Amino acid sequence: MTPVKAKSSRDDRQMFWFMLVIAGYLLAALAFPLYAILSKSFKNHDGEFVGLVNYIEYFNTPSLTYSIKNSLTISLITTVISVGIAFTLAYGLNRSCMRFKSMFKMIALVPILVPSLLPGIALVYLFGRQGMINGLMFGNDIYGPIGIVISEVFFTLPHALIIIMTALSIADARLYEAAESLNAGKIKTFFTVTIPGARYGLISAAFVVFTLTITDFGAPKVIGGDFNVLATDIYKQVIGQQNFEMGAVVSLILLLPAGLAFAVDRIMQRKQVALLSARAVAYEPKPSARFDWLMFGWAVVVSVFILTILLTCQYAALIKFYPYNLTLSLDNYQFDLMDGGGWQSFFNSLELAAWTAVIGTIVIFLGAYMVEKVKGFNAARGLFQFLAMLPMAVPGLVLGLAYIFFFNAPDNPLNFLYHTMAILVISTITHFYTVAHLTAITALKQMDPEFESVGASLKTPFYRTFTRVTVPVCLPAVLDISIYLFVNAMTTVSAVVFLYGPHTSLASVAVLNMDDAGDIAPAAAMGMMIFYTNATVRIVHGLLSRGVLRKTQSWRYR
Amino acid sequence: MNTSNPYLRISNLTKKFGEFTALLDISLEVYEGEFICFLGPSGCGKTTLLRAIAGLDIQTYGTVEQAGRDVSALPPAERDFGIVFQSYALFPNLTIEKNIGYGLENQKQPGNLVRKRVAELLQLVGMSDQAKKYPAQLSGGQQQRVALARAIAISPGLLLLDEPLSALDAKVRVKLRHEIKSLQHKLGVTTIMVTHDQEEALTMADRIVVINQGLIEQVGTPQEIYGMPATRFVADFIGSMNFLPIGSMDEKSIRIGAHQFAYSGAGSATDDNAGDKYLAAIRPEDIQVGGNNGNTINATVESIEFLGPYVRAELTSRQLGGSSLFADFSANRVRSDELTQGSEIKISLPPQSIRIFSE
Repeated sequence: MTPVKAKSSRDDRQMFWFMLVIAGYLLAALAFPLYAILSKSFKNHDGEFVGLVNYIEYFNTPSLTYSIKNSLTISLITTVISVGIAFTLAYGLNRSCMRFKSMFKMIALVPILVPSLLPGIALVYLFGRQGMINGLMFGNDIYGPIGIVISEVFFTLPHALIIIMTALSIADARLYEAAESLNAGKIKTFFTVTIPGARYGLISAAFVVFTLTITDFGAPKVIGGDFNVLATDIYKQVIGQQNFEMGAVVSLILLLPAGLAFAVDRIMQRKQVALLSARAVAYEPKPSARFDWLMFGWAVVVSVFILTILLTCQYAALIKFYPYNLTLSLDNYQFDLMDGGGWQSFFNSLELAAWTAVIGTIVIFLGAYMVEKVKGFNAARGLFQFLAMLPMAVPGLVLGLAYIFFFNAPDNPLNFLYHTMAILVISTITHFYTVAHLTAITALKQMDPEFESVGASLKTPFYRTFTRVTVPVCLPAVLDISIYLFVNAMTTVSAVVFLYGPHTSLASVAVLNMDDAGDIAPAAAMGMMIFYTNATVRIVHGLLSRGVLRKTQSWRYR
Repeated sequence: MNTSNPYLRISNLTKKFGEFTALLDISLEVYEGEFICFLGPSGCGKTTLLRAIAGLDIQTYGTVEQAGRDVSALPPAERDFGIVFQSYALFPNLTIEKNIGYGLENQKQPGNLVRKRVAELLQLVGMSDQAKKYPAQLSGGQQQRVALARAIAISPGLLLLDEPLSALDAKVRVKLRHEIKSLQHKLGVTTIMVTHDQEEALTMADRIVVINQGLIEQVGTPQEIYGMPATRFVADFIGSMNFLPIGSMDEKSIRIGAHQFAYSGAGSATDDNAGDKYLAAIRPEDIQVGGNNGNTINATVESIEFLGPYVRAELTSRQLGGSSLFADFSANRVRSDELTQGSEIKISLPPQSIRIFSE
């Protein structure tokens, strides 16, 4: 008997072409550049294939290999501290009845709104050679591992907090009731119920923090001093020494731990989902004066740490000439008087963020829709899903360098994109593709899988069901994706630092360059401009989505 | 009902998911205007068969012909059916009238015609006063009606219902059973409903298709399925049935334990395979209290389970060789006969109620 060969519908064919277009985008914006950087690492200056020569040279240069150890050390220490703080804070926010929870949570999420360069600048003002409270350093130098670790803890804390809070929030109250009925003590319950329940979240948070730290370039650049790490090595090799081949080698070495951490994280996330049971009963904390005050005190400490960094930057931005002239002025905001691209770079950043938010949301949501809803073509969908997950494992600097190799190649027809706003938009969308993609997939998975079947039975083409039903129902997720892309486009340095052109300098890059040139106060001021923008956009976005949601999502409420 | 030419003809349909065979060599004919129920335990393949008919999960082998057209390989959009899912899959962001009009708007009909048809459908399912509401504001039963109205809006030749009532309360379910049946009757649309609820199938269907483990066990009217189950599975699955091991048998009588029962054998499905052991089957409600004939035996009431209008008694009888069986007695009967646990009674197994199946 011959098997029935299903005739594909017009919908299927159209969707398949759509998917091919977006897969083509991901190939051009991700796979081909990564291949370019890989092949570059096996070539010499003249582009001849030399095998492992560059790698041998790398491992025979102690000043370079030393960075591997530095990077790993910094990342491990940061992971322990950041996850420790995030867990205890999340525990307080989730399991205590302390007051001002939403305020503490808001403060803890502030670091997402600023570039990773900013905490370094604040630390210079606080603990630098002429710092306000440098006595607390007891003779140690803030420039170096200490400064990097503090900056990275600041930078990674919100990411760890979000993951761990999610893990703690899905706890099943029935387990706690069972433990109580069995007369288990508080400590025993903590180690037998709480920790096992949150373990995947903890592991996942640890890997995310580790990856963010080892791939971060902002903090070590500003506050690292002579302490070299892999990320700064890439920058130095490329920008300082124009040694692209060695930059490629370091990039691939950096790709290893990041890729590994990413893979472990994905496995953990999958297990976390399996823990969720539809019948779980939400845990409601009971008041306990001593515990609540303890957690409150801890939340205050963490908030003070974050606000101190932020306010120090604000202070630095408003002071005329620290520490000699402490009068307040807006002089530091006269960016046009400094190097770094002036106010234009700020407006470029706004433009980049807007384009990234709009185009990125469309591309990513459509791509996720295709992966979720196209029937058949399993191999193509698998490949697409893989490409969509890949950016998470690729450090921004590596992506940026890969873009130089790919788009700047004279024989590439896409060469015209080089040094344009377009390439900045493409690289930023690609850099932040994965999280946005996962948000979209999650939202789409929550929809009834039969919507499309109903549409087909009513002879309605898929794009009509997509625009009339899918997009409106997923609107909250769509808005989340757009704000995520906007905020990250404002703060990112790593990918774009290799790609901006004379007319497309960006605010975050300006912070870097002004800091490099010794204009630390203007750098702080520009950093604060990014903060104001992101904070404003966040608030407007919050109000707007509430308004839009009330209007379009009235069906959600009875 | 037109019995000459089937409206839907399924021939030798097999569906495999990898190594697993969900449906094996299914052949079935459905006539125009019929109400067919696919009935079976969960995982038996009934929904798979429905989805193959809809083109949502196309079969591995075999053909599906609808109204004389071979639709075997066609995608859903090129077939002619309306469907109601278990989840209803109502579009949550569209009002009731927009949901019902969804398929019509796409047909490029003028707006006032669409509105007229939607109003008509709303009236048909008794939802006219809810037109502007959203699905989340309706009860389960109301959502069900909307899903039904949406499915029949484009006047499909075939209506497919996938467990449409299983998410509802018992009372609403009974009410909607009648509504769906009368609506189907009014429209005359050929309908296939998937259900695991035998009561639903027995009350609604013109014909029932009993499916088990990917195979059709029996096709027949509710009366046939209940009264003349073709296989032991059907006998066991539909209603309650006592199975008693048979010692020996001939054409007129069977021996169970120590007693020889007369047996009229009409319509009973016996297997010619003499090597098999046979079971006598009788429904609990067919067992009579009292009597004085060759099929009357003494029994002891072991326990009584109160089920409202009737009771189910567990009986044992030495004459049956220790086998126990269940009998349903009316509550009145139990009161007047003062049946309690431990009562010694006479019961009769009417010859025409005994059926024989191979083990």
